[in-house]
Amino acid sequence: MSNENEVTRRWVLVGIGVLLNGAVALLIATPIVGYLLGPVRKKGGYDSWIDLGEVGQFGVGETRLASFVNPQSAPWDGATAKAACWVRRTQEQKFQIFAINCAHLGCPVRWFPQSELFMCPCHGGVYYSDGSRAAGPPPRGLFEYPWKVQNGKLLIDGGQMPTLATSASVRKESSECTG
Amino acid sequence: MHWLKRTYEWLDFRLKLGGPITEAVTHPIPRNTASWWYVFGSASFVLLMLQIVTGILLAIVYVPSAGEAWNSLQVLNQQLPLGWFLRAMHGWGSNFMVAVVLIHMAQVFLFGAYKFPRELTWILGVFLLLMTLGMAFTGQVMRFDQDAYWGLGIGASIVARVPFIGGPLVDLLLGGPIIAGQTLTRFFALHVFVIPGAMLLFAGLHVWMVIALGINDWPMPGRIVRRSTYIQEYHELTKRDGEPFVPGGLWRDMIFSAAILLAVAACAAIFGPFGPTGFPDPTIIQTVPKPDFFFLWIYTILSFLPENLETPFILIAPIVGIAFLLALPFFAGEGEKSWHRRPIAVLSVTFLAVGFAVCQHLGTYTPWSPQMQAWSGDAVPVRYVHNATPLGRQGQIVFQEKQCRNCHMLGGVGGERGPALDGVATRLTYDQLVRQVLQGGGNMPAYGKNLSPAEVTALVSFLQTLHPEGQLPAHDASQQYISTGELQPAK
Repeated sequence: MSNENEVTRRWVLVGIGVLLNGAVALLIATPIVGYLLGPVRKKGGYDSWIDLGEVGQFGVGETRLASFVNPQSAPWDGATAKAACWVRRTQEQKFQIFAINCAHLGCPVRWFPQSELFMCPCHGGVYYSDGSRAAGPPPRGLFEYPWKVQNGKLLIDGGQMPTLATSASVRKESSECTG
Repeated sequence: MHWLKRTYEWLDFRLKLGGPITEAVTHPIPRNTASWWYVFGSASFVLLMLQIVTGILLAIVYVPSAGEAWNSLQVLNQQLPLGWFLRAMHGWGSNFMVAVVLIHMAQVFLFGAYKFPRELTWILGVFLLLMTLGMAFTGQVMRFDQDAYWGLGIGASIVARVPFIGGPLVDLLLGGPIIAGQTLTRFFALHVFVIPGAMLLFAGLHVWMVIALGINDWPMPGRIVRRSTYIQEYHELTKRDGEPFVPGGLWRDMIFSAAILLAVAACAAIFGPFGPTGFPDPTIIQTVPKPDFFFLWIYTILSFLPENLETPFILIAPIVGIAFLLALPFFAGEGEKSWHRRPIAVLSVTFLAVGFAVCQHLGTYTPWSPQMQAWSGDAVPVRYVHNATPLGRQGQIVFQEKQCRNCHMLGGVGGERGPALDGVATRLTYDQLVRQVLQGGGNMPAYGKNLSPAEVTALVSFLQTLHPEGQLPAHDASQQYISTGELQPAK
């Protein structure tokens, strides 16, 4: 009988061991999950005002490419820390600033001043000069950045790659000019 | 050779692997499986080993940093002796592996090998296919050139379409707000540790089950698989008409694997490594991103889906497809194995193969993409300029300058997004041409705001000359009667 008792006692100990390891695993897993979810931020959580430079470099009635360094970048990002956007100056104090990412699948759209169209090289999305959808598969017009002019500089509210889900920074309504 | 035997005995006394290995080597297989159709599984495994070896060799030089990855590939390509060859072997090995895995899967499906008792072998195989494709995609990211950068953008844009959690998923995929250093390092971890580790485990179990359950016997029409009798029938078959796995089943595998490895090496030596294409600078937008070969079909599908179907299709179709593959052995686990009596199976494979081939072919020349340089690079064919009126020539200038050429071919050159315009005058009347230019439609932008009336007149004047010799341009038959007043109501 003592043999059976011994086995039972050992199984209890194994059970305790399983529980103990389960608890430790949970304890370790919690920070691991937290670490893995680290990059997740709420909409707009990566956005800040980014300086595109002097307002004067953008001619009234013109649309041109502007580039900036993403404020959220690491030293080893290399050239990928950079980003670009299309700046359209419609009036002296009126801008439209489009993401270069096509609203379809994110490829870089190109501006053709002659036909006043943005064309996407990937799946043939086309947009009019005001960013509205002209043809092709995009589900909406180009993403727009909110902007403001401060001390003679043009600033946009951005920092995240615009997609259909992350485009909190690219609200549809037009921006105000705050001086 | 006495010392060899003594060494073996010394090792096996401690390893105890001699028994199980002998058993695996001598296990009986049905004689009717001695066929060249059975070589693709082992070839997939050999290619996996090749990828691991060449991958490790590349990893001793490659720098998984967004700032340096592209440069380290240049060093591999240009400076290190035979670095280009190792890159080429890894790249071509990847293409061969996807191809061989797909052929293996089609063969296993057509031979009914997923049926009882090999359901789990099939399911692991489905996961191995997904992981092979996962390796191909993450491998393209490792190249970290413009194609990789914008390919990640496409991936993020697809993930962003997931309802409710799209935003957090994009953050997780990219490891931050943009495609940058953290994106590359997490794909590096996936490509080098996570997926290969899982693949080795799954492939090991997959092979183990092939040996433990025995290779699928050659399907004979009328030999029905039943759960109650199959195992016994299989053992009787191997007893009656079987032979040991080695050498009977092995020599074809070995010859084919050697041939595949040789083919990979030949492609690598002749065609060289893949890329890297342009430097991954997101501000360089003069780029036409394209996925690697085995993802071209997805690229094609994404460009042809109607807009309102796109998100549901992208998100639901893969899940349905994978669920179907996983469920297959459960709802078709018994019955006929032979393709002679499974017409739906044969038709399905044929349909998928043809669809795949068509989509791949379209993906190689992307007729849906505007040709970004056509307006400035491709001249108007001389025969259209010759004898053109001054107004027509002005129209040709408008045609080129307003990028019409990016989507429309003339003389076989230019974009293919819209129809070729060589015979457009036979299809549309003057009024219809003006309307099409001004209002667009049928996937063409409206040019009403971008063209002056004079430009429209010149352009349409040119377009009206685009008809084959001896074939009249289209005209509105009613116009004639209206202008001559011939159709006045009879008095």
